[in-house]
Amino acid sequence: MIDTENLTKKFGDLTAVDNLTLHVNDGEVFGFLGPNGAGKTTTVRMLCCLISKTSGEARIAGYDVGKEVDSLKIRKLIGYVPDNVGLYDELSAYDNLDFYGKLYDCTEEQRRKNIQRLLTMLGLWEKRNIAAGTFSKGMRQKLAIARSLVHDPQVLIMDEPTASLDPEASKTVRDFILDLKKEKRTIFLNTHNLDEAQRICDRIAILNTKLMAVGTPKELERSVGGRKTEIQLDQMNDTIMAAVKRLPLGDIAVDGNKLIINVTNPEKENQMIVDVIVRAGGGVQTVTVVGSTFEDAYLRLVRQTT
Amino acid sequence: MRLSKSWIVASKDFKVFLKKKNIIYSIIIVPLIVSILFPVLIYFIEHRNASGIPANVLTTLLPAFTFFYLILAGLIPTTLASYSIVGEKVEKSLEPLLATPTTDGEILLGKGISAFLPPMVAILGGSAIFMGLMDLVTYDTLGYNFFPNWNTGIILFLMVPLATIMSVEWNVIVSSRVSDVRVAQQIGILLILPFGGVYVAGEIGIVQLGVANDLLIIAGIMLVVDAILLYVAKTTFRREEILTKWK
Repeated sequence: MIDTENLTKKFGDLTAVDNLTLHVNDGEVFGFLGPNGAGKTTTVRMLCCLISKTSGEARIAGYDVGKEVDSLKIRKLIGYVPDNVGLYDELSAYDNLDFYGKLYDCTEEQRRKNIQRLLTMLGLWEKRNIAAGTFSKGMRQKLAIARSLVHDPQVLIMDEPTASLDPEASKTVRDFILDLKKEKRTIFLNTHNLDEAQRICDRIAILNTKLMAVGTPKELERSVGGRKTEIQLDQMNDTIMAAVKRLPLGDIAVDGNKLIINVTNPEKENQMIVDVIVRAGGGVQTVTVVGSTFEDAYLRLVRQTT
Repeated sequence: MRLSKSWIVASKDFKVFLKKKNIIYSIIIVPLIVSILFPVLIYFIEHRNASGIPANVLTTLLPAFTFFYLILAGLIPTTLASYSIVGEKVEKSLEPLLATPTTDGEILLGKGISAFLPPMVAILGGSAIFMGLMDLVTYDTLGYNFFPNWNTGIILFLMVPLATIMSVEWNVIVSSRVSDVRVAQQIGILLILPFGGVYVAGEIGIVQLGVANDLLIIAGIMLVVDAILLYVAKTTFRREEILTKWK
């Protein structure tokens, strides 16, 4: 549904998005993760034909993002939730949606039905005639999501839809996205909330100007994060730490009397670590091999470029 | 260019304006005051002075009063255009609007219509009141109804629309450079200076505001300025420009 090939955006000397190549399947919830300034919003704006690309290719449903003739068709295909909700505060919830329905060429009947359905799903139907300016942050975000769906788009592009929402409102929005997932819409979710991405997305891309990795959350954990060995000692001291640090291992962390070591091949490396600890006079209570968390994988990938 | 899309954008703006009382007041009150103030002024001068105002003075004074509508045409759209564009920028509602299947030109035209029509209605309505009242208070002196006449027609139906368009275009350009509605308005109203200058030029006899040829020459210059400002406004009002360069 969404394809990019070496998609690049430069603002003067600054490269915001560097040779991004990815494929988003039809009906997939695709997470786009990255730190602030990673180029997520720039990518989304290019896909929505809001800003031009510097080089490379991008297609949505076969339409070329760079072509002027295709841009109106693409905009009609997609629903966009920007990071700032941008509602008309003076207008009622219904009028906000009705205005956008008209711009998307929906008939009066379609608008009436879609607005009622969406506002009901999001618990806002009773407040349809109230000015959007009086709504809470969570309600405004829900209304912005409803606005993006008023024309029943095939593709939904959301830019940090739960940022700055309280936990309850975030959950409502997440649950709604999961409902949309059941409707087999293609959802492109920009976020820097790892937990959210892990819970909602089928696949995730990690971006830090360049694409760092793509895969399911589990695949990313396994392929990027590697594994860890946790060794519970009788007593931790500097001699043991110095001895372990001399080994050719990954990052080492200390948590009380526990050593947490990033390993690539625990079957071989663990024996070596235990031998070194014992020779340094340490007593080993337990040795546990644990997988890296998604957060570990994300941080490792992001730090590769910083 | 699909006019229907522009009209949807303009209709939405009208709805927003109707909810903002300060906008309504600024559109209605100023033309209304001008329309009533001048005839009342003439009435009192006529009745306080035993000989009244000589007919030849009146016939030069009345076109000059009419010229005030041109100044209003430069002034009133400032409020609307700044709310319509800077207001959207401040409320961050331009981005979702730009993501809809509308062209930059359609949105710009919609914004133009919403800032153009209300001042036109207010100015033409106000001028109708002005002409009616003025005829009432000057009939005894002149012996005929001074309004309507061709020169007033040129001012109201040619120069006022051109001035309103100029104001809208100027405000689009100003709106791209500021992020505060009040600042936009303050800079926007600078446009009345050239119109004020023409008025002063009329008063000191450089141009004849009661002569059709002079009015048509001024209108021609305004048309050229409108065309230049339209080009600049169109260049300014581009999606990428708005999202990445507007303050």
